[in-house]
Amino acid sequence: MSEHEYQPKSKFGKWFNDRLPLLTLTNHLTDYPTPKNLNYWWTFGGILTFCLITQIITGLVLAMHYIAHADMAFNSVEHIMRDVNYGWLIRYIHANGASMFFLAVYIHIFRSLFYGSYKSPREIIWILGIIIYVLMMAAAFMGYVLPWGQMSFWGATVITNLFSAIPLVGEGIVTWLWGGYSVDNPTLTRFFTLHYLIPFLILGLVVLHIWALHIPGNNNPVGIDIKKPSKDTVSFHPYIVIKDLFALLIFTILFAAFVFYSPNVLGHADNYIEANPMVTPAHIVPEWYLLPFYAILRSVPDKLMGVIAMLSAIFILVALPWLDTSKVRSAVFRPLYKQFYWILVADVLILGYVGAMPAEGLYLLIARIGTAYYFAHFLIILPILGKIEKTTPLPLSITEPILGGALNAEPARSKENSQNL
Amino acid sequence: MLKFVKYFSLIFFLISCNIVSSAENAEKLLKTDWTFKGPFGKFDRASLQRGYQVYQEVCASCHSLKYMSYRNLSEEGGPEFSVQEAKAIAANFEIPDGPNSDGEMFTRPGRLSDKFAMPYANEQEAKVANGGAYPPDMSVLVKARKGGVDYIYSVLLGYEEPPQGIKLDDGVYYNKYMYGNKIKMPAPLSDGLVEYADGTSATEKQMAKDVVSFLMWTAEPHLEQRHKIGFRAIVYLIILSILVYFSMKKIWSRIETEV
Amino acid sequence: MSDQKKVKRRDFIFTASTVVGVVGVGAAAWPLIDQMNPDASVKALATTEVDVSSVQPGQSITVLWRGKPVFIKRRTENEIIEAKSVSLNELKDPQKDEDRATNPEWLVMLGVCTHLGCVPLADKGDYNGWFCPCHGSHYDTSGRIRKGPAPTNLEIPKYKFVNSKTIMIG
Repeated sequence: MSEHEYQPKSKFGKWFNDRLPLLTLTNHLTDYPTPKNLNYWWTFGGILTFCLITQIITGLVLAMHYIAHADMAFNSVEHIMRDVNYGWLIRYIHANGASMFFLAVYIHIFRSLFYGSYKSPREIIWILGIIIYVLMMAAAFMGYVLPWGQMSFWGATVITNLFSAIPLVGEGIVTWLWGGYSVDNPTLTRFFTLHYLIPFLILGLVVLHIWALHIPGNNNPVGIDIKKPSKDTVSFHPYIVIKDLFALLIFTILFAAFVFYSPNVLGHADNYIEANPMVTPAHIVPEWYLLPFYAILRSVPDKLMGVIAMLSAIFILVALPWLDTSKVRSAVFRPLYKQFYWILVADVLILGYVGAMPAEGLYLLIARIGTAYYFAHFLIILPILGKIEKTTPLPLSITEPILGGALNAEPARSKENSQNL
Repeated sequence: MLKFVKYFSLIFFLISCNIVSSAENAEKLLKTDWTFKGPFGKFDRASLQRGYQVYQEVCASCHSLKYMSYRNLSEEGGPEFSVQEAKAIAANFEIPDGPNSDGEMFTRPGRLSDKFAMPYANEQEAKVANGGAYPPDMSVLVKARKGGVDYIYSVLLGYEEPPQGIKLDDGVYYNKYMYGNKIKMPAPLSDGLVEYADGTSATEKQMAKDVVSFLMWTAEPHLEQRHKIGFRAIVYLIILSILVYFSMKKIWSRIETEV
Repeated sequence: MSDQKKVKRRDFIFTASTVVGVVGVGAAAWPLIDQMNPDASVKALATTEVDVSSVQPGQSITVLWRGKPVFIKRRTENEIIEAKSVSLNELKDPQKDEDRATNPEWLVMLGVCTHLGCVPLADKGDYNGWFCPCHGSHYDTSGRIRKGPAPTNLEIPKYKFVNSKTIMIG
């Protein structure tokens, strides 16, 4: 595959590369052997990198015009929207970019769940991914506070108050977070500082995430280990690069449709009203990407237990590589798991839906069932399934179903994936 | 790839369902034919100019537009008054300025760079003058209400006699579309309330449409530019996607022969 | 023959993708660059009106215009004569006093040293005009550079007398 192995030719290039092998690192990245049967669900890593960089660049630009002060924040955002050259465009990209980032990360996570990418030997990649996801939520939440609208203010109030559930020290922690006796100017300035910091932490973790990926190499839709490099792999450049680029372009069309034609549809109208500590909006909801966890929080009638349930729902994912006892990675060869997988997808979507609804009556009941099922999936179904499920036979290599004809229906479908470029 | 597109659009559909369902309103809002809706939507200049007139003659005595400047009136993509007209409009208003060299505050005629004159000095004064209710700033009002332009339009036209059994205090009015149905603003529009310079008949509906169009512009002054750039961006992305798609086919054809 | 054609077409599609892609990246970069230019509200503040009725001969006032100090000096007869009597040969940046002050009684200029942007001090220096303390540039009673590192005379902004008492700068 190393048809164009790069070696520095100039004297300076050699001198530099001997001291810091940055130039030959590109060899590793371009020649990196990648399974040739990766389907389009594997392009979201590249899309997420794009999202992160877009958010950092547009965020940097917004920070040049934004004023992190309770009296001026809302005003400065309106200034950006009205007077700054292309300010409206940059802000709408940043605001909708957050939603696009989460859309991509959810697809990325659910791809991993379907094809068992979190399993040995890729546990560290998975755990790093969860940390990135948690940091993303923190950054998104704090970013939403910055325009200092009504939802910003009351969202910040509600979420920071979650810490008051901690016995004994809770109240003290909340006051410490606020820097006062309510969400106010000190809270805003520290949220701005942290909102600025977190993306760079994420960037560092992304480097580790990719580093950890390059040790075992990519999982693939068939989920079997492959020899690298071999007939089963292609070099990352140009094969995967061009495919990632194509998928990214399709993704940016969706992104552009939001930015240019419905820039506020993912936001909340109340956030165009300046923060007012005297009036709470009738219906406080977080952004759509946090709704499932919000539903879990509200489904538990006890304050402390609700917070614990919500946090557990996220951090249970860290234990997933050990909770899933099946030796087979890809759901393609796990007929039972595949069904439970789709039920989980539906469960999370339903939780998201009831998270946006008032916490009463039927909605509350659905939220409780959904929450119970969510935990049951990870704590009961997965461990048992690995023991009792009868998996379908795995092919010996990813080229086998293509060469030797279909062994069964499922690998034949993955063949369709790999050829349907 | 088809399968990918199928799933991707399914996810997209589910998200949009979620948005639509959470944006549902109890009472069906009145609709009218807004010119600025849709991917090619533009403002109707004449309507924005009439809308400014309605705002100035009817709303401005209570509602501020604190993020707007007089220069905006002559900027591209808005009512597009001529610079001379906008200057003349600005000069009609007394704008507080100062302190002067004697250390005193004074007022002077408005200039293009000035923000719109405020009806009240502060929120407390506004409340006292309006029976305890604060008339909200209208700069971003249509973005700050669920239902947007349709909602504001409906509220303007939604005044009715209260249904039997509902008792209203003094200075409170019944409005079919208002959240909670009670509103402290008396019906602001009535037929013939303003006299349009261009001869358009000033019906209640016409005035409501004009002023709401105007408010859409104050909330999204760059809407036309956004639509225009958006169309170009998406056409560009589609062309590039097609080119990259065929590049990809070419590149992958190298190994399909190898396999 | 057909092989060659194939190669050509492949080259075309790669070249086209690259060119179109680069154009797009360039177009996307522009808003990110342009946002640092003066915004609409800054551009709108380009003019300012100054009441000069209380300025006596020999006095000067300093007003802020576009974030920079503007010196408005009501010159005395002596100062005007001094400014007019200088021969153009002596000047580093030759300019007649008439071209700098259309109404000789009033000198309006940016109070920004043309060397590196400090604010010169009034009634100081070897030429009874202005003196920049940063690097020692001397300006005369017409604000022209006479001695020191500054390359050009103090800049005259666009201004006009709205009436006998009011100057509009910008």
